Amino acid sequence: MNFPKELSYSESHEWVQKLPDGTVRVGLTDFAQSELGDLVFVNLPEAGDSMEIGDSFCDVESVKAVSDVYSPLSGTVSAVNEELLDAPQLINESPYEAWLVAVEDVSEFGELMDAAAYEVFCAQGH
Amino acid sequence: MEKKTPLYEKHVALGGKMVPFAGYLLPVQYPAGVIAEHRAVRERAGIFDVSHMGEVLLEGPDAVRNLEHLLTNRFADLKLGSCRYALMLYDNGGTVDDLIVYRRDTDKFMLVLNAANKDKDVAWIQEHLTGDVRLSDISDKVAQIALQGPGARAIMERLVHPELLPDKYYTFSEYVGFENTHSLISRTGYTGEFGYELYMLPDDAERVWDTLLSAGAQPCGLGCRDTLRLEAAMPLYGHELSAEIDPITAGLGFAVKLDKEDFIGKTALLEAGEPARVRVGLKVTGRGIVREHESVFIGDRLVGETTSGTHCPTLGVGCAMAYVERDVSAPGTAVEVEVRSRRVAAELVPLPFYKAPK
Repeated sequence: MNFPKELSYSESHEWVQKLPDGTVRVGLTDFAQSELGDLVFVNLPEAGDSMEIGDSFCDVESVKAVSDVYSPLSGTVSAVNEELLDAPQLINESPYEAWLVAVEDVSEFGELMDAAAYEVFCAQGH
Repeated sequence: MEKKTPLYEKHVALGGKMVPFAGYLLPVQYPAGVIAEHRAVRERAGIFDVSHMGEVLLEGPDAVRNLEHLLTNRFADLKLGSCRYALMLYDNGGTVDDLIVYRRDTDKFMLVLNAANKDKDVAWIQEHLTGDVRLSDISDKVAQIALQGPGARAIMERLVHPELLPDKYYTFSEYVGFENTHSLISRTGYTGEFGYELYMLPDDAERVWDTLLSAGAQPCGLGCRDTLRLEAAMPLYGHELSAEIDPITAGLGFAVKLDKEDFIGKTALLEAGEPARVRVGLKVTGRGIVREHESVFIGDRLVGETTSGTHCPTLGVGCAMAYVERDVSAPGTAVEVEVRSRRVAAELVPLPFYKAPK
């Protein structure tokens, strides 16, 4: 299991990456993709959609089930990773490169953990 | 509290993700994942722990007569060493369960039942038995492993003398000296692929499992068991079959002998005539995955409901089975399925979705 140090993590297993231009990328963690299993479909929001802390902004489907992805921040979607529409398995293969959305005008972040705290959180079986 | 099968420790050691299923803890997948396990069965060979399945024996001079009354298929002409698929119905034609009957001797039959239905089935059978016949539940004394895939024969031929293996589909061999066991091996399965199902004593299960693993079979979980059976359009009780669904509607008329003298549910089936709904295949042409219990529309008209659905790895798209009204059941019909309050385009296609190459 991989926990890159430069990222922040939410309790609902999303990672958050703050980019130098002020936008923020959000994706699913290695732990999340491992728990979900082979992903076969991603339903992404559209640029311009607003995101609110704790609300579902996207859903991902494995062979077995559909799961909501919850927003770790409040802001506006500036771009979505369209590559995932045809290749959802990229989330399984490289979860920290396969970002779901880029967000601008971020007004607030939810509670986030650093890599060490998140690793402990996962080890505790959350 | 779920029961453990004799292979529980093996699954955990292999990294199986254990989930409760029909009262047992079984692996939904191993680290390879559902799609890789599915492909292994289509391209090579996979093994499944299906020890949760129920097995009962029906023995006695009146065994055949009771089977003819209890089940939809014919058994008087079933040869020793052959098995036959059948349904057990309620008086109103709804389905109690679907099962496979093995003729082990003139007056000795083994019935293989769905795990989740076993207790209900045993009570139903017991209640309807007449004459000189005994029913015994041997489920806890039997472990079952399915070996499925085009490579299954080569694996078995390395382990058992080829002449001892059952050759034709729906036949079986008993007392096969396989890895110091006395296994019953049948040419059956639930994947749409060539394969065997092996019945053995619980104490022998780990040894057989390890032997098949070393011979190259991929351990496979419940996840791909479901995607494989769905591609092969095999019905699953609780989905395509239920107390509310009769086997004619389910398209299983091949296993229902309406010209047989009598069986429970026959009158209801004859009175019902041509079913109003038809079991169809549905292939997603839009974007998304269709699951069970989703509404099927043509425009504003609600025409049916899905019973099973997932991403089919061999076809690479979402597929589902559904019951739709007869007048709109033709292959090629364009429909929409309401998936989480969004419409997904799909097309009706002939079943099965997948057929193994000969």
